[in-house]
Amino acid sequence: MIRSRLRGIALHAALVLALLVFMFPFAWTILMASNTTADIYRFPPKFTFGGHFGENVHQVLANVAFFQSMANTAIVAVSTTALVLFFDSLAAFTFAKFRFPGRNALFVILLATMLLPAQLAAVPQFQTMAILGWVGSLKALIIPGAANAFGIFWMRQYFRNSIHDELVEAATLDGCGFFGTYWHVALPSARPALAFLGIFTFVGSWNDYMWPLIVLTNPDHLTLQVALSTLNRAHGVDYSMVMTGALLAMIPLVVVFAIFARQFVKGATEGAVRG
Amino acid sequence: MTATATVPAATVTTAPARKRIWSYWRFYLALSPFYVLFAVFGLYPMLSTIVLAFQRWDGMSARRFTGLGNFAFLVKDPTFWQALENTVVLFLMSTVPTLVLALLLAVMLQSAVRFTNVYRIAYFIPNVTSLVAMAIFFSSIFSTNFGLVNAALRSLGIPQQDWLGQPWGIKIAISTMIVWQWVGYNTLIYLAGLQAIPREQYEAAKVDGAGAVRTFFSITLPQLRPVVLFTVIMSTIGGLQTFTEPQVMVGNSGGTGQSGMTVVLFFYRAAFLDNDYGYAAAIALSIFVLVLLFTAINWRIFRGRGEDR
Repeated sequence: MIRSRLRGIALHAALVLALLVFMFPFAWTILMASNTTADIYRFPPKFTFGGHFGENVHQVLANVAFFQSMANTAIVAVSTTALVLFFDSLAAFTFAKFRFPGRNALFVILLATMLLPAQLAAVPQFQTMAILGWVGSLKALIIPGAANAFGIFWMRQYFRNSIHDELVEAATLDGCGFFGTYWHVALPSARPALAFLGIFTFVGSWNDYMWPLIVLTNPDHLTLQVALSTLNRAHGVDYSMVMTGALLAMIPLVVVFAIFARQFVKGATEGAVRG
Repeated sequence: MTATATVPAATVTTAPARKRIWSYWRFYLALSPFYVLFAVFGLYPMLSTIVLAFQRWDGMSARRFTGLGNFAFLVKDPTFWQALENTVVLFLMSTVPTLVLALLLAVMLQSAVRFTNVYRIAYFIPNVTSLVAMAIFFSSIFSTNFGLVNAALRSLGIPQQDWLGQPWGIKIAISTMIVWQWVGYNTLIYLAGLQAIPREQYEAAKVDGAGAVRTFFSITLPQLRPVVLFTVIMSTIGGLQTFTEPQVMVGNSGGTGQSGMTVVLFFYRAAFLDNDYGYAAAIALSIFVLVLLFTAINWRIFRGRGEDR
């Protein structure tokens, strides 16, 4: 009895220790953001909150167009997510529930595209953007990513398992057209899968770094990640200020994740075990 | 042989078949966004990359055909080999600790009864945070004069190290960040795999008098094999594309001795800083070959898994 109690305590002690390690960078970021760089660089370092957060925020705003970058990132992440959810689920529903010539071939092509690394297209893609006149524009970030193979594959698995063929047939017989069936039958039943795909796309788009770095040439039209990296390059020594920017850039992600955390964590592991 | 027999039949049905295909237009329309976007922003650029790999081009003057020139230069370029080596070393230095720690945590989480959801969500958070912000964070704690790591070393009486100024220090800093970011994700996957193992097997082992260690190695690990392989493959594909961590932490040069130069950073530099587009295309193709190679391994492993069942 006592032995199993002790084991339980040791177990939770180890799990809490791991939790503290994972949370430490966030806690330290907050500490850095509320102190001056000199406080942080003292030996031993200052482990308490300071009153300099407002000042640090002010410094960030003075050095990069932070709100502009935040707005750019939000526009890109929200529109990419909305487009991906719509296009991917529509295509997935079609693949999952209807038969038509070329279906299998098209699906194999879809799967094959998942093997292609992004770098393979980057150089000519930049030329294409130049021809379209999209270099420096947010369109260059939104449009190429508006539909993707992973999301179609993911949603198709879900539609296949969760919607009975009879339901689709019944809806069609009731005079619901193809699009009506998608909109009134398929979409409402797919909320958990859409939530996972949505947050996955949002986080990915919010954090995208290499392509925005390449294609956003105007310093006034950066996304947050690129703005952060320029802040780091130019003011790397003023860590308090740079980390304040980093903290501000993370807040929207943490909020979105907190709202959907349960569904997302559950969804993220499903593919691996079923796969 | 059968071709001659089917030709007349096909000819007869041509008109109705065409009409039938047209009647599916809604489905093709529903699928079209992905395929149109892929054709314009995926397939066409990839084909251009292949052509470009055989040319020299700075983006302004006329393209010059050089045959295998870019590839010949690539295999003789020490930076390329170093980038390849760095990528593999970084992959090993980050993946091995990540997967061992994740397995340990997953086994512990499985025997925990309370707060499991809190742990799960907290462990996952590093995976959904800003990569750039965290790369800046890790470069700050590994900073030579002021970093937290050196402060901790000094308080233990160990001399401080120039972490981001030395080849091995750079690799440690980068892989520490990757480990921190990916342990939680892999823990959750292992946990899901552990929960799929039938309870009866553990009970049988208990009856046979097997201890915890014995049970782990003869039941848990073999049952978990497919899930472990999945995580290895995911880590490999991710590891081959490492870019943000070194780019933010040590810059475009790859840091001291180019020890943070990964293959993708090498590609980025050739294309968008040196405007050596043909050479960059050749590097991109080499990355593609690497991914194909690992996908072939991937495919073999999953086929092997199918045979096990």
